[in-house]
Amino acid sequence: MNKKQSLFHIAKRDTLPWYKSFAIRGCAILLALVVCAVVTMLLTGENPVNIFATIFKGAFGSARKSWVTFQNLAVLLGISLAVTPAFKMRFWNIGAEGQVLIGCLATAACMICLADKLPNAVLILVSLAAALAAGALWGFLPAFFKAKWNTNETLFTLMMNYIATQLAAFFIIVWEVPKGAGKIGIINQGTEAGWLPVVGGQKYLLVILVVAVLTVFMYIYLNYSKHGYEIAVVGESQRTASYAGIKVERVIVRTMVLSGAVCGLMGLLLTAGTDHTLTTTIVGGRGFTAVMVSWMAKFNPIIMIFTSLLLVVLGRGASEISSTFGLNQSFSDILTGIILFFIIGSEFFITYQVSLRKSGKKEA
Amino acid sequence: MFFDFASFLPRAVMQGIPLLYGSTGEILTEKSGNLNLGIPGIMYVGGICGVVGAFFYEQAVPAAEMNGILAIGIPMVCSLLGSLLMGLLYCLLTVTLRANQNVTGLAMTTFGVGIGNFFGGSLIKLTGSEVPSIALSTTSAYFSKSLPFAAKCGWFGQIFLSYGFLAYLAILLALLASYFLKHTRPGLHLRAVGESASTADAAGINVTKYKYLATCIGSMIAGLGGLYYVMDYASGVWSNNAFGDRGWLAIALVIFTIWRPNVSVLASILFGGFYILYLYIPTGTNLAIKELYKMLPYVVTLAVLIIVSLRKKREDQPPASLGLSFFREER
Amino acid sequence: MENVTKRFGKVVANNAINLELREGEILSLLGENGSGKTTLMNMLSGIYFPDEGQIYIHGKPVTIASPKDAFNYGIGMIHQHFKLVDVFTATENIVLGLEGKLDLTEAGKKVKEICDKYGFDIDPNQKIYDMSVSQKQTVEIVKVLFRGADILILDEPTAVLTPQETDKLFQIMRNMKADGKSLIIITHKLHEVLDVSDRVAVLRKGEYIGDVATKDADQQSLTDMMVGHSVSLNIDRPDPVNVTPRLVLDGLTVFDELGVKRLDNVSFTVNAGEVLGVAGVAGSGQRELLESIAGLYPIASGSVTYYDPADGKTKNLVGMDPMDIRKSGIAMSFVPEDRLGMGLVGSMGMTGNMMLRSWRKGHGVFLNRKDPEDLAQRIWQELEVVTPSTSFPVRRMSGGNVQKVLVGREIAQAPAVLMTAYAVRGLDINTSYTIYNLLTEQKMKGIAVMYVGEDLDVLLELCDRIVVLCGGQVSGVVDARTADKRQIGALMTRMEGGKTDE
Repeated sequence: MNKKQSLFHIAKRDTLPWYKSFAIRGCAILLALVVCAVVTMLLTGENPVNIFATIFKGAFGSARKSWVTFQNLAVLLGISLAVTPAFKMRFWNIGAEGQVLIGCLATAACMICLADKLPNAVLILVSLAAALAAGALWGFLPAFFKAKWNTNETLFTLMMNYIATQLAAFFIIVWEVPKGAGKIGIINQGTEAGWLPVVGGQKYLLVILVVAVLTVFMYIYLNYSKHGYEIAVVGESQRTASYAGIKVERVIVRTMVLSGAVCGLMGLLLTAGTDHTLTTTIVGGRGFTAVMVSWMAKFNPIIMIFTSLLLVVLGRGASEISSTFGLNQSFSDILTGIILFFIIGSEFFITYQVSLRKSGKKEA
Repeated sequence: MFFDFASFLPRAVMQGIPLLYGSTGEILTEKSGNLNLGIPGIMYVGGICGVVGAFFYEQAVPAAEMNGILAIGIPMVCSLLGSLLMGLLYCLLTVTLRANQNVTGLAMTTFGVGIGNFFGGSLIKLTGSEVPSIALSTTSAYFSKSLPFAAKCGWFGQIFLSYGFLAYLAILLALLASYFLKHTRPGLHLRAVGESASTADAAGINVTKYKYLATCIGSMIAGLGGLYYVMDYASGVWSNNAFGDRGWLAIALVIFTIWRPNVSVLASILFGGFYILYLYIPTGTNLAIKELYKMLPYVVTLAVLIIVSLRKKREDQPPASLGLSFFREER
Repeated sequence: MENVTKRFGKVVANNAINLELREGEILSLLGENGSGKTTLMNMLSGIYFPDEGQIYIHGKPVTIASPKDAFNYGIGMIHQHFKLVDVFTATENIVLGLEGKLDLTEAGKKVKEICDKYGFDIDPNQKIYDMSVSQKQTVEIVKVLFRGADILILDEPTAVLTPQETDKLFQIMRNMKADGKSLIIITHKLHEVLDVSDRVAVLRKGEYIGDVATKDADQQSLTDMMVGHSVSLNIDRPDPVNVTPRLVLDGLTVFDELGVKRLDNVSFTVNAGEVLGVAGVAGSGQRELLESIAGLYPIASGSVTYYDPADGKTKNLVGMDPMDIRKSGIAMSFVPEDRLGMGLVGSMGMTGNMMLRSWRKGHGVFLNRKDPEDLAQRIWQELEVVTPSTSFPVRRMSGGNVQKVLVGREIAQAPAVLMTAYAVRGLDINTSYTIYNLLTEQKMKGIAVMYVGEDLDVLLELCDRIVVLCGGQVSGVVDARTADKRQIGALMTRMEGGKTDE
């Protein structure tokens, strides 16, 4: 390290103008795309232009594909928005996966158990309330222990994911259709009871609209509301917060309940809005991806639109590549990983300045 | 209701060994102040690299001519190399480039699981097999070979002697790691790095070197957990996502044992037991209840997590600078 | 050291400095806060690497690129902020970074030997978190001696010590000198310089000013060298008028989260129109005292009674949190010791920090940004805060400007009680005087001012009365106009030989 110390000089930067930091991030993404192309080339032997064309085709190749892309974008963005207030508070919640799933479970429960007992509109409202409450509970528990006894929230939320998964697995077997199938299938396929209404003739439009509203709400909530200010102060320093008369424990619990409830809402949208079923993998790792989407956007809801778009397009494109060239579906995880590594790494060059030390003056 | 302990315990041990590898690796890593949430991904990579190595060796050499040392050595070296690369990647990002450890770790897990499933899936396609898995039974036979006289020793043999060598290696490594941390100078230095990097730096300890070494060696140990899982526990059968969430459980174990690898030997077996308890509790035809029993390890971890946070003993707390990156000229 | 230069970004911390240390002498490195003393010494001990210049040891040019190199050349530094691992024992800390096989029993014996030789008093097997500040410092010194250092650098070693402990330290330093070791002591306290050193080197704003033999120097000449021009050491102190009780503390007792008693039956009165000083060795309960009053620390027993200046009614503050106190109409301002960790939000600008006090104001769920922005503008101009804008993160400002923002905000609350903890720590002389004047101004407005300080000279010149704390108890209340330093120093250590666990 000493040799390196004398070769490179690393210093913390003053604030970098925004356009420069964006340029650095842009370069990182470009580099990452090049590496992704090279990796794909090695695996498929295809030329890079074709590869990118395939990615684009996979994401926006047809109207249907575009809709799916935008629906995926909406879901990922929605979950990212949900985890953001907690992260701004430096509450490392990696339990979005479980919070969404428990929302799905609550929705499914209402749809299955109450389908023939309530009128459709009431059923949807009950489902909504149940999903919000379930997600909120999943957010409340880790927050309560964190606030009271400073229990490590990262591991707590992680365990809550698996508890949610096993609960879902339990109920899937209880409700399985047909008996012995080990899965539920489409819920209320005939009656469509509890299904969210289709807006504008497009199955996915409702989800997209809800998330759009959510984005604006979250942006305003974080930047202009008193709650948002409290969250920012608590995240920076809990001592400063209590000094300023902010009730830290209450803010932690309240913010996580909000986070969890929004996750629950996303669960409702998944189960009652688009998928109309419940599986243990319905969230599909998006609870974890959301953490990275949110972090890459520096917790800014508007920038999150772009970071989640990047990941979604890449994921959809990668699965197009895998089906076109006969690769495994997990290929998209690898590409996502590469992009993430480059973006994570590029932060260093935004925070620090690296310059070559003049070798002539090495000794001192 | 008869509880078959003699068959339960060995299975609990076999379930526990991957966790033990994972937690030993993660303890070493965390003692250097790095919270590596990429361990689940690293264990996947460790597993698949071993599988790839074994696969090509099995393809190249007919089963009868296979050399025991190569059959074990090639997958092991491949597995170690794979997880070493992952460890290096993590260090490059978090130590040299000082990136956020949580985010890096999660990205590593996505990436590692992706690598595992991608190459696993590709190999499966290569073999053109009907079922979505690859069986490397010849290699596995070498890995899971137990002591020849184990079968003759009755219940004693079944409980203590029936495992492949990687299981004993896991226990040995955990005990060694424990001794290393407590009684050797590099161990003392490593703990200092994790407690307070700037103090260690002022004492002339090369913080970067220790972080790199601890994290990379930790990754390699964790990777062996993946290898053990495929080669011994699963009898050489790789199927995608089969390894499941064991990596996360290994991280939970670190907290469960309060950063002590020697405690982890028993704790991992306990966790392994929880993991398979549902198979041993008669539930009749009600399959759903089994799913609830599977929840047990997570609930227990939660309980421990809460209890540890209630006790405020200084020695039981995580390394003080866990999760922080170190920059010497910070003002 | 020859022509040594170090820059941090655009800031030149040391500019072409030449410094010489002779064998077997004690050299004082004198300079104001921020004059670059610590930076310079950090380059000797390998923490920083010089941008330019050359270091010679025994006439040979050397490269010190890491603390390890420094040890190899026999240089050991005792940092102002101790570099110790809390959960390790003294011995474990002492052998940290050495090579070879680990043998703690053997090392423990050697530690004992060193202690006996120079007269230290520590238990090698005690954990650091159980130790007092002066014991921790001792561990640091033993650590350096253990490695056979013959050049010792002590960075403001007396800042955390009582006068008695300081005397003991100086005696040990003389012992070491007699043993042939060379020592550098960094300080800005003139009497210490005159007391212990053979030679004085002075830095000012990163520049080397010169050196003099101690016997040829006196307080005035050194001050001139240090600050560049003569300053009056006198702080303007008008006599208090209309002194009435504002806060009465009675039998205040608090415990920390580990159950250790931090304040023990503390009783005294804070008067309006008066500056009340609080003296004590670091960690004697000053922080707990202020935080208990401010509602940030749970009070086990006792009472804090507030006398409302408007109607003379009394209120008991026990059991209230800061928000309750504010809501009950009591304007209490608090400048905490930990500025960026408690008083301010480092990543926010001045405006965001002004909101810390006003964020709840106004109805509805949205923030009012207008008033805080106006206040930020006003403080920016009136207190001459150096910052590019009111949204520039305060963490990136210099210490003096940070403190101006904090004190400015607290005074702007129009408080009835103003509490300050170490308000001038780390500030240059000019800013310090700005702060002293602001506090005196508040006192003349009839506000009850509490000043927790560490520099006894300032306490004696600024305050009207001084409460001395020792081990969580009030060991005395003295009149600042008549008391002297020795008297306060004795009170600071009155109980149990100065038990000062942090």
